[in-house]
Amino acid sequence: MSSTAIRPKLVAASPAERLKSAAPLLLAPVLAGLGLVAIGDGATWLTLTVAGLAMGLMIFIMASGLTVVFGLMDVINFGHGAFVSVGAFVGFTVLAWLAGWTQSPAVMLNLLAVFLAILASMAVTGGIGLMFERVIVAPVYGHHLKQILVTMGGLIVAQQLIHVIWGPDAIHLSRPPSLQGAVIFGEAAIEKYRLFAVAVGLVLFVAMRHVLRSTRVGLLVRAGVENGEMVEALGYRIRRLFLLVFMAGSALAGLGGVMWGLYQETITAHMGSEIMVLVFVVVIIGGLGSIEGCFIGALLVGLLSNYMAFLAPKVALVSTIALMVGVLMWRPQGLYPVVKAK
Amino acid sequence: MADILLRLAGVHTHIGPYHILQGVDLEVPRGGVSVLLGRNGAGKSTTLRSIMGLWTPSAGEIHFDGTRIDGQPTPAISRAGIAYVPENMGIFADLTVGENMTLAAASGTMDPQRLSWIKELFPPIATFWDRPAGTLSGGQKQMLSVSRAIIEPRKLILIDEPSKGLAPAIIRAMTDALRQLKETETTILLVEQNFQMAKSLGDTVAVMDDGRIVHAGTMAELAADNGLQERLMGLSLEVHQ
Repeated sequence: MSSTAIRPKLVAASPAERLKSAAPLLLAPVLAGLGLVAIGDGATWLTLTVAGLAMGLMIFIMASGLTVVFGLMDVINFGHGAFVSVGAFVGFTVLAWLAGWTQSPAVMLNLLAVFLAILASMAVTGGIGLMFERVIVAPVYGHHLKQILVTMGGLIVAQQLIHVIWGPDAIHLSRPPSLQGAVIFGEAAIEKYRLFAVAVGLVLFVAMRHVLRSTRVGLLVRAGVENGEMVEALGYRIRRLFLLVFMAGSALAGLGGVMWGLYQETITAHMGSEIMVLVFVVVIIGGLGSIEGCFIGALLVGLLSNYMAFLAPKVALVSTIALMVGVLMWRPQGLYPVVKAK
Repeated sequence: MADILLRLAGVHTHIGPYHILQGVDLEVPRGGVSVLLGRNGAGKSTTLRSIMGLWTPSAGEIHFDGTRIDGQPTPAISRAGIAYVPENMGIFADLTVGENMTLAAASGTMDPQRLSWIKELFPPIATFWDRPAGTLSGGQKQMLSVSRAIIEPRKLILIDEPSKGLAPAIIRAMTDALRQLKETETTILLVEQNFQMAKSLGDTVAVMDDGRIVHAGTMAELAADNGLQERLMGLSLEVHQ
C-alpha cells in the first residue's frame, strides 16, 4: 500500500441527515393520515384511498417512462401523450377482437384478454416509439425549444391519425365482467378494477426498480441519466441505450393508456394530452430522472386529487398544482432529483 | 527512434464560435508518463477531449497505436484502449462505488487480482464500496475516477488535473499511486498544473499556450532549466508550485 495513503473512516449519518433523506418516503403515509382525520369516516376514507392509489399508480405507469427519457436523453417529449392515446385505442381493438373472452364469466379468460390487449398496446407503442425517436426526436437532440415544437407536432399528427383510423368520436370501452363491480371491506365498497390497477402499478414499480438496481442495463441507464458523456467515455454506445429507453418509455405509456382507458371506460384521441398535465406534475414533483421520486409523486397526486374531490370539489382542480408548488418550495429540484451533472 | 503510441498532427478544434486548438502537434511515446503543461485556457483539457472524441476536431489527424481515431465515436476510441479521467472526475454520484467500478469494466467482469491491487492502491475504494459515490470526499472521488480507468488493462490513460482542489496529503497519495501505475505497461498522458507533481512523475513534457504546443522535450531538461520554465510558463508555474 502507498506509504502516504490516507486511512478512510466510515462515519454514520446523523439522525437529522437520515430524516432529511427519508422525509419524502413519509409524505404519502402522512397525507393518508391527514386525509383520515379530515374525512372522519373510515369506510369513505378507505374507498377514497384505494381510488387515489389506483389513480396515482396509473399515472406512475405513464410518467415513469417520461421521467427516464427526460433524465437520460435530456429530451422534453410533449408527444408522450400520443402513446397513451394510441395504447388505449390498440387495447380497445384487441379487446373488441377478443369479445368472446371479455364477455365470458371466466376470470382467466377476462384477464388473458386484458393481458393480450396490454401486450399488443406495448408492442405497437414501443414500435411507434422507435420511429418517433429516429424521425422526430433524433434531429433535435440538445435543442429544447425545437423538441417542444416538434414533439407537440408529433402529438397532433398522432391524434389526427387516430381520428382517421378509429373515427373522431369517443369510444366506450367496457371492462370484462370480472373487473366490474366492487368488493366490500367492512362498510367500504372498493372497485375491483382499482385493486387490479394498484396491483399492476406495484408490480411494475418493483420490476422497474429491480431492473434499474440489479441489472447492467439498469446501471447504464442510471449512469447515463447522471452523465451520458462519461458513459460513452467508458466504452458504451449511449445512442443504443437512448433508443431502448425511448421504446420502453413509449411502451409504458401504451400500457398506461390501456389501464387509463379501462378506468375511464371512454377513450378519445385527446385522452393522452389531457392526462399529460398530471403526468408532468408527477415528473416535476419526483425530480427529473427518478423512478422512486416519480412513484412517490404519483401517489401524492392520486391521493390528494381524490381526497380534495370529496372534501372541497372546487379546490380539487388546483390542489395538484398547489402540491407541486409546495414540493418545489421545499425541494426546488423535486423529491429525488437524479439529473445533476449535465 | 521512440515507439510513438499517440500522435496528434495539426489538430484544430472549434467549440461553437471559439477556435480552441490551433494546430496541435503532439507525440506520446509508449510507456511512462507524458505531461501536458500550460496555463488555464491554453487548451490542455480540449486536447484530451479531442483525443477521446468528445469534441470532434475540425482539422488534423489523431493516430493511436497505428490507427487513425479522429472522427470515430467516443465508445470506439475507449474500446481501442484509451481510458479517460476528466477534470470533473465524471463519477456517477447516484451509483455506489462498486457500481461505478462494475460499469467501468466494459467486459462485464472485474479481474479479482486487479481489483485487490486497486483496493490496496486506493484504500477508500474498499472501505466505501457499498456507499453512493456522491458521498465521497473530493480526494476519494478522484481515487474512484482513476480506479475506474485502471480496472481493466489500458494502453493509454488520459488524466486531467488529478491534483486540482485536493489537500497536499491526498496529492502525495495520488502521486504515489500514479507512480505505481507508471511501473505497469500503461502509458499515461497527464494534464497537470501542479509542477511538483508533474516533475516527479513525468518522463516527457509538452507545454501548451494559445491552443498550440510551444515546447516538447524531456521532463529532466525542463526541470533542470529554470530559465526555460520561466520563459515557457512564467508566473503561472510559480503560482502552482
